[in-house]
Amino acid sequence: MNVHDSISQMIVQTRDVSLPHFAAELIICGTIVINLLVRMVRPLRWLDSSFLVLAGSLAALFAVRPWEMGSDVARIELFSGMLVHDGFGVLMRTLLLVFVVLFVIFTWLSGIPDKDDGPDIHTLVLGATLGMMLMCTANHLLMVFMSVEMASVPSYALAGLLKGRRQSSEAALKYSIYGAGTAGVMLYGISLISGLLNAVHLPTLAQNLVEKLPTMGPEETMVLALGGMMLAVGLAFKLSAVPFHFWCPDVFEGATAEVNAFLSVASKTAALALLVRVALGFGTTVPTMFSVAASTVPAATVPEGALATSLYSVADDASPNIAPANPAANAEFHEASARRVLSPVRGFIAKLIAFLAIITCTFGNLAAFGQTNIKRLFAYSTIAHAGYMMMAVPAILAAAGAGPNGHEVARQGAAALGVYLGVYLAMNLGAFAIIAFLRNAMRSEEIADYAGLIRRSPIVTICFVIILFSLVGLPPLAGFFGKFAVFSALSGAYNVTGQAQLPANYLVWLLVAGGLNTVISLFYYLRVVKVMTWNLEPRDQRPLQPIGLLRGAYVCLITLPTLGWILCFDLLANWCAKGAISLL
Amino acid sequence: MLTNAIWYSILVFAPSLVALLLSVVTTRNDNFYRYVTLATTLFTLVCTLFLFLMPNGVVGFNSNVGEMQGIFTLGWIPTFEIFYSMGVDGISLPLVLLTAVVSVLAMGASWSITKYVKGYCVLFLLLLSGMLGVFLAQDFFLFYVFWEVMLLPMYFLIGIWGGPRREYAAIKFFLYTLAGSVAMLVAILMLYFYSDLTDPRLRGFLNSAVGQSVIPDKQLRARIESGMAKREALAESLKDKSLEERRKILAAAETITPVHTFSILALQQIGQHTSQFDTFGVNEDGSDRLILGHGLQWWAFVLLFIGFAIKVPSVPVHTWLPDAHVEAPTPISMILAGVLLKMGGYGIIRICYPICPAGGYELAAVICGVGVVSMVYGAFAALAQKDFKRMVAYSSVSHMGYVVLGLGVWSATAEMNFDTTFWNMGIQGAMFQMIAHGISSTGMFFMVGVVYDRVHHRNLDEFGGLFGRMPVYTALSIGIFFAGLGLPGLCGFIGEAFVVFSVWAYSITMAVISAAVVILTAGYILWAIQRVYLGAEYRGPHEDHLSPSNTRENTIGIIIFALAIICGVFPRHTLLGYMEKSVEKHVGDLRAWTINSTRATWAQEDRRLQVSAIEANASDQELSAQLANKRP
Repeated sequence: MNVHDSISQMIVQTRDVSLPHFAAELIICGTIVINLLVRMVRPLRWLDSSFLVLAGSLAALFAVRPWEMGSDVARIELFSGMLVHDGFGVLMRTLLLVFVVLFVIFTWLSGIPDKDDGPDIHTLVLGATLGMMLMCTANHLLMVFMSVEMASVPSYALAGLLKGRRQSSEAALKYSIYGAGTAGVMLYGISLISGLLNAVHLPTLAQNLVEKLPTMGPEETMVLALGGMMLAVGLAFKLSAVPFHFWCPDVFEGATAEVNAFLSVASKTAALALLVRVALGFGTTVPTMFSVAASTVPAATVPEGALATSLYSVADDASPNIAPANPAANAEFHEASARRVLSPVRGFIAKLIAFLAIITCTFGNLAAFGQTNIKRLFAYSTIAHAGYMMMAVPAILAAAGAGPNGHEVARQGAAALGVYLGVYLAMNLGAFAIIAFLRNAMRSEEIADYAGLIRRSPIVTICFVIILFSLVGLPPLAGFFGKFAVFSALSGAYNVTGQAQLPANYLVWLLVAGGLNTVISLFYYLRVVKVMTWNLEPRDQRPLQPIGLLRGAYVCLITLPTLGWILCFDLLANWCAKGAISLL
Repeated sequence: MLTNAIWYSILVFAPSLVALLLSVVTTRNDNFYRYVTLATTLFTLVCTLFLFLMPNGVVGFNSNVGEMQGIFTLGWIPTFEIFYSMGVDGISLPLVLLTAVVSVLAMGASWSITKYVKGYCVLFLLLLSGMLGVFLAQDFFLFYVFWEVMLLPMYFLIGIWGGPRREYAAIKFFLYTLAGSVAMLVAILMLYFYSDLTDPRLRGFLNSAVGQSVIPDKQLRARIESGMAKREALAESLKDKSLEERRKILAAAETITPVHTFSILALQQIGQHTSQFDTFGVNEDGSDRLILGHGLQWWAFVLLFIGFAIKVPSVPVHTWLPDAHVEAPTPISMILAGVLLKMGGYGIIRICYPICPAGGYELAAVICGVGVVSMVYGAFAALAQKDFKRMVAYSSVSHMGYVVLGLGVWSATAEMNFDTTFWNMGIQGAMFQMIAHGISSTGMFFMVGVVYDRVHHRNLDEFGGLFGRMPVYTALSIGIFFAGLGLPGLCGFIGEAFVVFSVWAYSITMAVISAAVVILTAGYILWAIQRVYLGAEYRGPHEDHLSPSNTRENTIGIIIFALAIICGVFPRHTLLGYMEKSVEKHVGDLRAWTINSTRATWAQEDRRLQVSAIEANASDQELSAQLANKRP
């Protein structure tokens, strides 16, 4: 094949496959540009950038096409394997964009940023969102690094949103220094891994790993593990997992509640999606990919062009781009043997994440006890919730190695993550919206100042109480369903690994840790509830301006799913389950 | 089935609906909220009677049938095979009735609540929905949701309307119960994922009338049927084959997708008739995967029992109860003692034993021990109390010990020739004791509340001479306290007697101890009566407030006392007649399980040698093991 052919093929590929699936990201890019340029045009200056951004993110949400979920969303690699388009990506990007839409409405209501700052702040928000969307679909170690940075850099600026406020600047500085440090470590890890495995494209990397792992010496294994752990540092920073969480409470205290909502939900969603991508990327092989390169058929018999295309676009199992010489007989056998070879890799990654999840969850819950500032309390709460969500990842990995039934359970695990995130989105956005509105109304973010709030602002308080109990995970509130989904992923994986004679006993520890943490988390959420409902207002209470009808309505609306998911939980669960189909 | 669904839903959710309506009403007239709530509780009571006890009612409970009756099952969360399913049998029906009666009485006693009446009524009604739901739910997930739904209202009811140490008491109650329910959640998830309805042994159950109504979904049934057919075909093809050939067949077999279930009745069948809950799967070396040497049945039993024992409450997890009772307002104490504690006992009989018989069988001595220790400890602690309400609270611990003991005496063993007479009696006694305690302790807490409303203290040493000041009240109180004491002719006697008789067959020592507890009970109750009601004069503060009880209080007292007499004199007509068949079925099922499992060879043959469905069940494991062992 000559150069001309491959270039033209690439163009066709980009035009027909990659760009249509990249529409949502392009719309976000377009919105950023318009948002920046609109101020140059005098007649359009009156336009509030919130509306523009709202329209842009709605259009992007539309372009992701979440309603087409199901087996229709096949796994397709975009831009020569840089990104991957599949149900999981659609699921996560939908959650992300739904959040951004609600978030923009929230910021418009809360009045931060004001009209002058609006375009700048919204540009940063959209820029970070773009990075996060790429994190959800990254399929290439370079893309992993780039997307993490794209998401992080605007976040640093967002943390310093309140210009001239010492705490805010401190938060931004801390965040960026921490971020830069971990980014360096992650990049180092990526270079170690890519150097060792001669690949940066995740499926190729897994396939090379399958070939090299049996003959790898102890030094090489060590370097590989080191590289993996360094990569994990970068992800753990984005997840605010212990011990890379130190930035989180300070940043949350210094930044505004609006930014906190963004960092706690959007950033976590993307980071978890990326964690799943990277973990599965290392721990499993893409079936068709594998049967092409590692089948017993000599490479020469496969047409060269076909091999090349297979790197660009790997279709799902049902309709492989090229047919291997003897597909049915060998595919399963090779997949099984690849699964066996990668078993220690999966075990290593799963145990590493399980360990991080347990300490993150426990530390977050314990540290939240002593907090007096509501934003700081919520910083630790988000750390703890990141821990719960991370628990789903070891379950996915462990189940992925346990045969066809195991794959089913692994998909359920990925779906559980989606369910948790969907529920968490509403809960945390609601919580931070209330914190922001109360800040506007009483100029305070101290828990003590919330004393007796039920008598002064009953509706908002009741919504807050519902959200807090939901965060504990009490049925019939939505938080329970998130926890239920993750815990059931753990027990499902425990079961299926036991049936497959590959017991993963750390899953029981995760389950126990999750249960105990639920109990200990009760204390600090209950403390806030107690202050708001039981305690009497202090003599010198702060004046409370009315919250406002529109804001009250927003709070009620955002609390409604927390209360109502019990009736239509199956919608979310089913949609997430469909989203996870093409993941494995 | 749809009629049932509508009626059950009305019964359970009417209170929450009224609560929702009340929460948007903005009148300052407290009596409006009180009367609406009282009317709702009365409606619930009438609805219960109409639904179950009217001969041609909607469900028309038939006391000659031991099976679950009036079941309906509707889809709720198909992704996890969770159904909205309810039903009643002789075990749950008396408890549903008790709930309805106690909530009417408690609401009647709620006129003493004067702070935030609206909020109180809303939470009270939510609590009522949760309680009814727990006793009616036939889906484990639904059961769990109702179980937890009660927590929030209870927390606020104690925390806002309680006494001086209410914050401590409320959070302690919340924490203990949440810890128990998290343990329960873990057990539920484990049971769910290890359950598999495609086991051909369940065919009989699934095709029975009850099985049809528990799992009516056509698609699901088709999935189950195809799975069963595959397993049977596989088992057939494995017959008379050598080990090597079997491996080959298994390696080539297609994967059978398991169908999990949350249905309590189906889980009971799985626990009793299959080996699905015996282990946690297989280890890498092919041995049974156990946790600390115990299988799933044992662990699930332990976790569930912890969850329920906290609610009962049994020593040593009882410490939340005295605090909660002392701080809770009177009507909430009545509900707490009258209904909430019964949920623990109900959970043990409905869930622990039938789903995990192996755990119950192995731990029978421990369970009985817990029961006896609770009885003795509770009685001694009650003797030592200075606070009237705390004394009554400890008497609850002691009385609920009988329930645990009665449920736990697994006397149908091989040594006893699988004779179920005594165990049957024990469970009937335990069930009767739950209802009797529901009546007598509700009454006792109410009586304490009446005097507390007047003199605002509960110090046992600062009473005396109430007989002269409040004659009607005192007469009723003494009657109700005697019911709690277990005086023959009143409701407390029958349950205690039955339990003590049944223990005799299991362990003479325990029987002697539990019989001796009656003396302690008589001790603390008579002593309390002497200190509070008898004597020449009142010795405490607020003497001038000791007015005779009013009509509302007398009515409630008379109803409770009348119930105590009726249940004591006509135990068979009022209660035992309804529970008899269901208890017999429960015991009979467990007897069959004991016979099967104690014939050790039978079980082992089934699991290892006999080529059967179970081997087919193992096909997935073997297949993947095979594939994993093949080297490229």
